[in-house]
Amino acid sequence: MSKRLGKQTVALGSNVSILSFATVAGRKEGEGPLASYFDTIMEEATWGEQSWEKAESKMQKTAVQNAVQNAGLTLGDINYILAGDLLNQCIGSSFGLRELGIPFLGLYGACSTMAEGLSLASMLIDGGFAQKAAAVTSSHFCTAERQYRNPLEYGGQRPPTAQWTVTGAGALVLSEGGKGPYVTHITTGKIVDMGVKDANNMGGAMAPAAVSTLEAHFNDTGRAPDFYDLIVTGDLGFVGRDIAAELLGEDGYDMSKNYNDCGCMIFERQKQDAHAGGSGCGCSASVLCGYIMKEMMKGTFCNVLFVATGALMSPTTLLQGDSIPSIAHAVAISANSPKS
Amino acid sequence: MFMQYLNAFWVGGLICALAQILIDKTKITPARILTLLVVLGVVLGGLGLYDYVEKIGGAGATVPIIGFGNSLAKGVIKGIKEDGFLGIFTGGTAATAGGIAASIFFGCIIAAIFTPKEKG
Amino acid sequence: MKYTNEEYGKYLDKRVPKSPLFKDMLFAFLIGGAICCVGQGFSDFYKNVLGLETEAVKTATSITMIFLGSLFTGLNLYDDLAKYAGAGTLVPITGFANSIVSPAMEFKREGYILGLAAKMFTIAGPVLVYGISASIAVGFLYYIAMAVVGGGM
Repeated sequence: MSKRLGKQTVALGSNVSILSFATVAGRKEGEGPLASYFDTIMEEATWGEQSWEKAESKMQKTAVQNAVQNAGLTLGDINYILAGDLLNQCIGSSFGLRELGIPFLGLYGACSTMAEGLSLASMLIDGGFAQKAAAVTSSHFCTAERQYRNPLEYGGQRPPTAQWTVTGAGALVLSEGGKGPYVTHITTGKIVDMGVKDANNMGGAMAPAAVSTLEAHFNDTGRAPDFYDLIVTGDLGFVGRDIAAELLGEDGYDMSKNYNDCGCMIFERQKQDAHAGGSGCGCSASVLCGYIMKEMMKGTFCNVLFVATGALMSPTTLLQGDSIPSIAHAVAISANSPKS
Repeated sequence: MFMQYLNAFWVGGLICALAQILIDKTKITPARILTLLVVLGVVLGGLGLYDYVEKIGGAGATVPIIGFGNSLAKGVIKGIKEDGFLGIFTGGTAATAGGIAASIFFGCIIAAIFTPKEKG
Repeated sequence: MKYTNEEYGKYLDKRVPKSPLFKDMLFAFLIGGAICCVGQGFSDFYKNVLGLETEAVKTATSITMIFLGSLFTGLNLYDDLAKYAGAGTLVPITGFANSIVSPAMEFKREGYILGLAAKMFTIAGPVLVYGISASIAVGFLYYIAMAVVGGGM
């Protein structure tokens, strides 16, 4: 139990490195401010497939294949893959990865899946159960719209708090040992539900979950926000990011210098008509596996706290009038070895 | 002639602008607003009140979905006058049969021909 | 975080950006009004050029507007207009057509029977269900009233 810090956090006992990473992004994301960080940009939403669901599966498969290739490994070297997405029965993952022949653990953490997969993969390696493990997730605007909202051609109006589901996928390959960047701490979030029922304000619904996990992380590790060069939440968007920063500020944590949100970074707010910013599993995954990892490799950031946020509701619970339970998982990534 | 278009414009526009308040100021979803408006049309039609709106607005009153509700109610009343009790059931859909059939038929054809596109 | 759910709800209400009501209403008014003028144009055409009688003019106009709403949905244009128009494209009968065609198009990939046809009325269904049911209720009331007054209406 020596690896546990406080109530929600673990500090990894060995070096667990992020060996490689890869991203696939949609056309709109490929026109955004982070375009140059994406490895593959899809020219159109079906990507040569028969349906958007098939396209999303192909995104996950491509991201994993490229990440494994970037690591100089073969698919057979990966002991576990942890994957999930937003679709019913997580079909994006299971259909996308069915041909890869890697021992597969399917996850559902809504948009927090990247942090969940990264957490568990790191623990598997730190526990000595795997030498190499991968984590992947995706979201696709068109598949998410038809499942959670309206048909694409339906004439609806988006309120200013509405977010835009990112079409994107991100995959990471983790290894025991290695030269870093290292996964050092994992803070697993609790389900937080502040009674928000407005499905058009996901950022507002999820912000308290991010606040809860961040405060747990700071308490458990004894670190202050300024320990990190970058603290990044998953998909709170412009509305949720400002709320989270304000709530943390009220509790004495200064988030003004190094805090941002993947949903705010991936689109240009006005020009790309993104309203309150990006959302979806692919939002935090593509920003982590694109921008953040590449900048860490360059040395721009030394310590990053990645906090992917998820809204755990379904269309059924919304119609039944229930509120939106939310979650956030934090993963601390550092260029410095925790063992040195 | 010109006046009729001006009236259609402001009556139709006003109905839409009022419905927009519901969209912006309440959490009522668009599908519920449409249902609300069609039932409102049935009630106004049953009371004979929508005739006044239609007299001023012309297409500005008949094109909004309230007009569809009005046609349903007027059709039922006409059906009762012509066929008695059976008209309660046949009148409404008979009066709106053209619109309902057209929406099903065009829906099929258009959906068979075209596919949705990605947005943004 | 020291908020209760109720306090957080109030905080959110104050904190969150609101829809620009005036601008939205203006666009709904202009575009909704314009759609009705198109309807007026067809109405005049059916009345003055084809010489149809009043009820037939209304039906023909409805069918035409439904066709146009369906077509513009198929051409991927209706939702672009709706983004600005809001209720201006929702409330006219063209919006009813859009709510029928858009799920039919969307779910075509799940087949012509259980996709396109079965999903066609997922959004518009309630309009017919409650519209027709309400009209039958009105019919009952009217029938009873007529019986009481003795058919004098």
